[in-house]
Amino acid sequence: MKFQSSAWLAVVMSVLLFAGCTTTGTKEDTSGASVEDRGSSASTSGARDGGAWTGNPLDNPNSLLFTKTIYFDFDQSTIRSEFVDVLRAHAAYLNGNRSVTVLVEGHADERGSREYNIGLGERRANAVKRFLEAEGVDSTQINTISYGEERPAAMGHDDVSWAENRRAVLVY
Amino acid sequence: MKRLFILFLLVGSVLPAHATLTIEITQGLEGALPIAVVPFAWRGEAAKPPAHEVGGVVSADLQRSGRFKPLPVNEMLSRPSRGEDVDFRDWRALNVENLVIGEVSPNGPGGYLVKFFLYDVFRGEQITGYSMPTTARDLRATAHHIADIIYETLTGQPGAFATRIAYVTSVRTGQDKERIELRIADADGYNPQTIVSSDEPIMSPAWSPDGRKLAYVSFENAQPSVWVQEVFTGNRQKLTSFKGINGAPAWSPDGRYLALTLSKDGNPDIFVMDVARRSLRPLTRHWAIDTEPAWAPDGKSLVFTSDRGGQPQIYRVPVSGGPATRVSFEGEYNARASFSPNGRMLTMVTRVGGQYRIATLDLQTRDFRVMSTGRLDESPSFAPNGAMLIYASQINGRGVLAAVSTDGRVQQRLRLQQGDVREPVWSPYHHQERNR
Repeated sequence: MKFQSSAWLAVVMSVLLFAGCTTTGTKEDTSGASVEDRGSSASTSGARDGGAWTGNPLDNPNSLLFTKTIYFDFDQSTIRSEFVDVLRAHAAYLNGNRSVTVLVEGHADERGSREYNIGLGERRANAVKRFLEAEGVDSTQINTISYGEERPAAMGHDDVSWAENRRAVLVY
Repeated sequence: MKRLFILFLLVGSVLPAHATLTIEITQGLEGALPIAVVPFAWRGEAAKPPAHEVGGVVSADLQRSGRFKPLPVNEMLSRPSRGEDVDFRDWRALNVENLVIGEVSPNGPGGYLVKFFLYDVFRGEQITGYSMPTTARDLRATAHHIADIIYETLTGQPGAFATRIAYVTSVRTGQDKERIELRIADADGYNPQTIVSSDEPIMSPAWSPDGRKLAYVSFENAQPSVWVQEVFTGNRQKLTSFKGINGAPAWSPDGRYLALTLSKDGNPDIFVMDVARRSLRPLTRHWAIDTEPAWAPDGKSLVFTSDRGGQPQIYRVPVSGGPATRVSFEGEYNARASFSPNGRMLTMVTRVGGQYRIATLDLQTRDFRVMSTGRLDESPSFAPNGAMLIYASQINGRGVLAAVSTDGRVQQRLRLQQGDVREPVWSPYHHQERNR
């Protein structure tokens, strides 16, 4: 074990005077989140020389299965409508491959207390698990874990990063 | 709109050379007691002074408490180290009310004898004086004990300088990789020691009431588990590793029980474990998230966070179980409460206008105060004397520790050179620096 006695840069006495501190107070924009670029998905013709995907279907960039992360609104664990097809595809895949198991990781953004966020992350993982079960997936094929805010995908401290961190990830 | 001003009051010895000592008289510091702590004289070989200057450590402690305003050394008219050399006129002229002098002498191999005297300047009398044998390793601890004695003598309340904090650090080591460590350090940030290190998250450290053990959550092997580790030996045991959440451990005041959050039955509830017998009993049963238990100092009840009302708020439940009653009503988001040592106050995280801040709630008067000014403040805990709150904050996107006196007058920061630091918890009084 090594550590420096100088690991603490300084003990700084500070007095913070906030003069009319600006508050961004941005409400989560839930309606705008589902805007899709419908033109882009048709642009891959010819790239694969007409051949069918031969690798693991989970790795096929043209398959809904390629998407393994779904996102949630602030303080919510409801599956957003734009992810229903993705989860249905995963359910179909799991139903067709009964020996395959998936780990659903639930995550939260950094705001608020850490252990409450562990609870929130579990709620999100469970929401995905219940969705898959409702689509016929056997419960023994699905494991869940909540990382709360401990494993952020985006390192920023703003609305954009927070939106990327409120997520559930399917790990095969 | 102008965003904020930050005025830094810098404490001498630990700062980079370009930072000057600036005593900023603000409204907050007006009530602080003027004191002078003269650098302690070294009576041994001039070429081999002790590694730490005791008087400087004492002075920094007293200043950090917010209750004292130490005179800068360069403003002192004289620097006595023995009673016969004190001329009280030198100190009256500077409006110093109390004076501390002292000396350090060699005392056998690796040993020192530290003497100090505390004077009332206007009466011209000695208030107290001690002679304390110590070692090179414990010299700073001795200085903190001296600060505790001075603080208690002059304020009537015990000091909390000879205590420690535990905290979690995180340093990025590569793409999607980080090193997470559970550390303990002296309450002024010195002597940091790593007691657990992992590539997986470590969370929620909690001191046992005797200060000898830490409970914490570790995600090693991709499964959250609650561990209890002896601080001085490193021996540790896994207490729970159920399916789902194993989190938020909190020791009962007698150290026999650990309250914790488990979701093994489907959703997070609070359980109480008899640590010796490893038996579990449920304390809450609710479909909501129930988590972050904390014991009242009398051990008769616990508070916890629950979103059973829609948003997270603080609830209280008797230790025997039964219905929980809501405690926090101010604000739309309150979480992670813990008690002050006298049981009269709670500190918690509260959301104010979209910002997460530290608040205190007086359980008798219902007085609710926001104590911090950050945007993402969390994890507050009281010092064992109830005079300070330590919490996690963020500056320029980096995790730092901050502390505020419970009267709100003084704030301080403890920053890591590299990476983030978070989840500070202040140790109880009875930790074992003398037995190290």
